[in-house]
Amino acid sequence: MKRTIITVVGKDTIGIIAKVCTYLAENGINILDISQTIVQGYFNMMMIVDTSKTEKPFGDMADEMTALGEETGVQIKCQKEEIFDKMHRI
Amino acid sequence: MINIYEVAETNKMITEENLDVRTITLGISLLDCIDSDLQRLNEKIYDKIYDAAKDLVKTGEEISREFGIPIVNKRISVTPIALVAGAACKSAEDFASVARTLDRVAKKVGVNFIGGYSALVSKGMTAADELLIRSIPSALSGTERVCASVNLGSTRTGINMDAVKLMGEIIKATAEATKEADSLGCAKLVVFCNAPDDNPFMAGAFHGVTEGDKVINVGVSGPGVVKTALEKVRGENFEVLCETIKKTAFKVTRVGQLVAQEASAMLNVPFGIVDLSLAPTPAIGDSVADILCEIGLEYAGAPGTTAALALLNDQVKKGGVMASSYVGGLSGAFIPVSEDQGMIDAVQAGALTLEKLEAMTCVCSVGLDMIAIPGDTKASTISGIIADEMAIGMVNQKTTAVRVIPVVGKAVGETVEFGGLLGYAPIMPVNRFGCEAFINRGGRIPAPIHSFKN
Repeated sequence: MKRTIITVVGKDTIGIIAKVCTYLAENGINILDISQTIVQGYFNMMMIVDTSKTEKPFGDMADEMTALGEETGVQIKCQKEEIFDKMHRI
Repeated sequence: MINIYEVAETNKMITEENLDVRTITLGISLLDCIDSDLQRLNEKIYDKIYDAAKDLVKTGEEISREFGIPIVNKRISVTPIALVAGAACKSAEDFASVARTLDRVAKKVGVNFIGGYSALVSKGMTAADELLIRSIPSALSGTERVCASVNLGSTRTGINMDAVKLMGEIIKATAEATKEADSLGCAKLVVFCNAPDDNPFMAGAFHGVTEGDKVINVGVSGPGVVKTALEKVRGENFEVLCETIKKTAFKVTRVGQLVAQEASAMLNVPFGIVDLSLAPTPAIGDSVADILCEIGLEYAGAPGTTAALALLNDQVKKGGVMASSYVGGLSGAFIPVSEDQGMIDAVQAGALTLEKLEAMTCVCSVGLDMIAIPGDTKASTISGIIADEMAIGMVNQKTTAVRVIPVVGKAVGETVEFGGLLGYAPIMPVNRFGCEAFINRGGRIPAPIHSFKN
């Protein structure tokens, strides 16, 4: 399984999760876990997704997610899981 | 599984605290390019570097995108050119042509610096070593991306004082040759004692003869991350302080290790080392001096600075060593003046002098780095500064270096602008008393005794 972490940070508006989930479904990306908090009016979401079934190259996915974020007025980042794993687990 | 707070912490380090991978440096051996014909030598060097490094920049960018971490520099280090070109080069101009080849291929593959225009003369100089050293002013003024370094001493061999004397003159000549650009050539020229074979940082990177054909070395950074972590433990005792630095260094280094392994796999080049240095940039919040202030000093240079730096350097290593399978290079806090806003502020406030910087280099790598001095400083005085720094390295069995810039036409009170990562610097005063008779003696200082340590 190839796991990617998607983070969404920005002002809380209606339908942010819906848009991200639609994009993931259209591209055959399975969501494994979602967590979300709102800190001082700012929406903070993290998704762990499985990208092993999608045919989309990682770079394209990252660019399209960034573009989707810009449309919605939030910041969306895609990062491979290893960077967090390495940093926070021995 | 990773939780949202850990993800947010990592991303805050990247976006707000300037966490980045400072450099992926591809080391390339040029020993198999040796040829007695100068033109053929230049062709072989160009081809070998081009072949090895053509995908380096692209790979760096790809890794950067996958993990969302900036990789600031992609660079190349090569075998010291004095060894490679000795058979073909019969004059300083011949050597300078090799520098131009390195510059051309660096531009072609898109790296911002290529290191290894170097000679290792810690005990003696061959004719080729001396020619290379004498060619440095024209090599650095005729190229943009080439970095030169000379190893002048080591704990095992002592200090080559003939070479120290010569380098004082060469630094002056390089300043003169690049005076139109505020003596920028000297920012790309460094002298060492105990130079490491696997240093990924410029200007001192070269691919040592103990290395394999190719190797990936990575330098991490993150002064801003350490500073922010320390803000949360203000007023706590040294135990808490040290633990916080150590844990932060661990996290920062793990990113370097990950990037190094990815780059190594993607380029099919063995992974060498991660260099644990805390490397500042002129960007606000990316300063080693600011960490010293956070530890409790009004300015870097205040009494207590050497102790604070010693503990910082040691804790960075302790945290970093566990985070990486192989550690090497310089691995210590860098204290360049022009590349660190906090250091510049300290100089301008009158808190930091050349003499205090010298004391600081006893406890951290790498040495007197990026220090602008008056253009009328005598060559013998520069040699004296170098000799002092080499002695610190030799006796303490550590790497020390000197990268000073005697800015032609400028005096104390003025500032000089190098631009980009090299930053800007106030011209610092230099002790005006002479040392010609000492420097003119000639010969070498013997290696120090290794027992009876006190």
